Amino acid sequence: MREQRGKGDDDLILSVEDLAVHFPVGGGLLGRNRRLLRAVDDVDLKLKRGECLGLVGESGSGKSTVALSILGLLTPTRGRIVLDGQVITGGPSGDRKALARIVQMVFQDPYASLNPRQTVRRTLEDPLRVHGVTARSEIEDRVATMLRHVGLRPEQADRYPHEFSGGQRQRIGIARALILNPRIVICDEPVSALDVSIRAQIINLLLELKDTLGLSYIMISHDLGVVEHMSDRVAVMYLGRIVENGDWREIFERPAHPYTQALIAAIPDPLRHAPLATTGGDLPNPLNPPNGCAFSPRCRYAEDVCRHEPGPSLDTRPDGHAVRCWRAEEIVGQAALASTESG
Amino acid sequence: MTGAPLIEVEDLRIDLDDGSRRVAAAEGISFRIDRGETFGLVGESGCGKSITALALIGLLRPPLSIGSGVIRFDGREIQHLSAAAQRSLRGNRIAMIFQEPMSALNPVSPVGRQIAEMFVLHKGKSWREANRLAVEALADVRVPAPERRVNDYPHQLSGGMRQRVMIAIALACGPDLLIADEPTTALDVTVQAEIIELMRNLCAERGTAILMISHDLGLVANVCRRVAVMYAGRIVEERGSADIFRDPSHPYTQGLVDSLPRLGSRAALGRSRLKEIAGVVPAITNFPDGCRFNPRCAHATDICRSIVPTADFLEAGGLVRCHHHA
Repeated sequence: MREQRGKGDDDLILSVEDLAVHFPVGGGLLGRNRRLLRAVDDVDLKLKRGECLGLVGESGSGKSTVALSILGLLTPTRGRIVLDGQVITGGPSGDRKALARIVQMVFQDPYASLNPRQTVRRTLEDPLRVHGVTARSEIEDRVATMLRHVGLRPEQADRYPHEFSGGQRQRIGIARALILNPRIVICDEPVSALDVSIRAQIINLLLELKDTLGLSYIMISHDLGVVEHMSDRVAVMYLGRIVENGDWREIFERPAHPYTQALIAAIPDPLRHAPLATTGGDLPNPLNPPNGCAFSPRCRYAEDVCRHEPGPSLDTRPDGHAVRCWRAEEIVGQAALASTESG
Repeated sequence: MTGAPLIEVEDLRIDLDDGSRRVAAAEGISFRIDRGETFGLVGESGCGKSITALALIGLLRPPLSIGSGVIRFDGREIQHLSAAAQRSLRGNRIAMIFQEPMSALNPVSPVGRQIAEMFVLHKGKSWREANRLAVEALADVRVPAPERRVNDYPHQLSGGMRQRVMIAIALACGPDLLIADEPTTALDVTVQAEIIELMRNLCAERGTAILMISHDLGLVANVCRRVAVMYAGRIVEERGSADIFRDPSHPYTQGLVDSLPRLGSRAALGRSRLKEIAGVVPAITNFPDGCRFNPRCAHATDICRSIVPTADFLEAGGLVRCHHHA
């Protein structure tokens, strides 16, 4: 099923180019006073075969909108999405079925995302039937194999979701996503709804499946510990734009954007009874974004240039680390100086 | 901190009546919190941490009830107080904030009025005076333009601002104890940091003790001085917060600490398979005999399957309930 190869850059399974998704909001009967909510703007992402791209950012930053666009569930206002060599920017009118065979999603809440009135077998069989697998024996085979892959027993297939624990339900959710042998799986907060003592099981399972089935992941999470553990590259979003994008080690060890730094500093250190670093203020209203850099009202490094249009562009350094900040060079220099002084 | 603790819980049992029988949803719960102290209760959903908090504040409702045990607040037993006496304690001396501020706030009442109500009900102030105090209370929780914001309804505020309003209501009457049940779980991390710092600073200024309840061991260890870990209705370990991460004593706590991908650990140690805790959390109607963690524990022996471990004092300070602790 994997013989098809993309054209062009062989290494890339997905590229998102200049993606924008805008929603008209409000307005009267005649469409006056309509405003534009720029949920996603100028987003460029690349996902290599076999890699995991972490997508982080707070609620309202546009992570899920990017995910829905890649899944073909939203029509982008602008931009191109190339999946495994095919341009798929047709949106919902495009060939959803072909798309579903390439990219699938694992949802946050396994209680809400499984049909409570369907047995596990039915949940796993339906996509196969829709996609033209009709031979009884093949269907049974694939359902049993998939259940074993996710650590369940084939004889559990005739049970209903409520008969399973939260962790097992998420395993069913993963099986549902993988039953069509997709190349890419978008994991949207896959462990946030699970008990803490179950999370490690699911994280280990996802990483194992990625290797054994040759999958590529987009991992959406607000838990930076999980993102660091799973990702090869990390993109940080703020108010609809990517503000930093780079190798996982670069992002976590040498974060260059003040927002990335703030996110990392806000994580409580359990070994230290010390105040958490605070940023000040909430996410701005996306209908009325600040002038210049969207993070400037909350940024401790902000200067005049940051508060005026045009906002900074996403500049890629030679090592592939990209940052959207006028003052990135100075800030990284200062941080390095501070760490040598304190070290 | 001299003499008597602010709150002392002794061998508390909380019953769940499922129609035909009573099962203990929590049992053998004992801990104390001193004045101005920060204490954390950590555990997974269903471990009994939230109902323990509800018992302290007199908000257990059927099918849940206090089965046995003593809750002493400021030297006085409060587990059998009348509803009226509980009401005057609640809000006045013990206050609580919840996970989802949107559902804890009244959606059809301006937030200023909801704060002012505290001063009218508990302090006997006039509405005019109470409204003035409400503006001050909003300023104290760093809500910008408080004199305008008092007129806002909850839906007009962001999640972080709503939780600030909740804190303003909770701290309005200067309580001795603030119970915070997952206060930041619904919030983003940068907002979480703001709310935690606000809560920590205001309570430190006013000498208010905090009982923080959360599933996030890392957050609780950062905020609180001491932490108790609950599993399946019992406290399995109680330690100083730094110790519990450096040197956890109970196999469940060890499992939790080891299973979480900690920020920075991959960079320092490389990516290895996370250590899993086998099995699942038992259902309340089906708690195993002996130590309730035994079916998931790698060290379990016969004694663990039959005899409930007692709480042993540790040399390093703290308590652990395990037959095989070091």
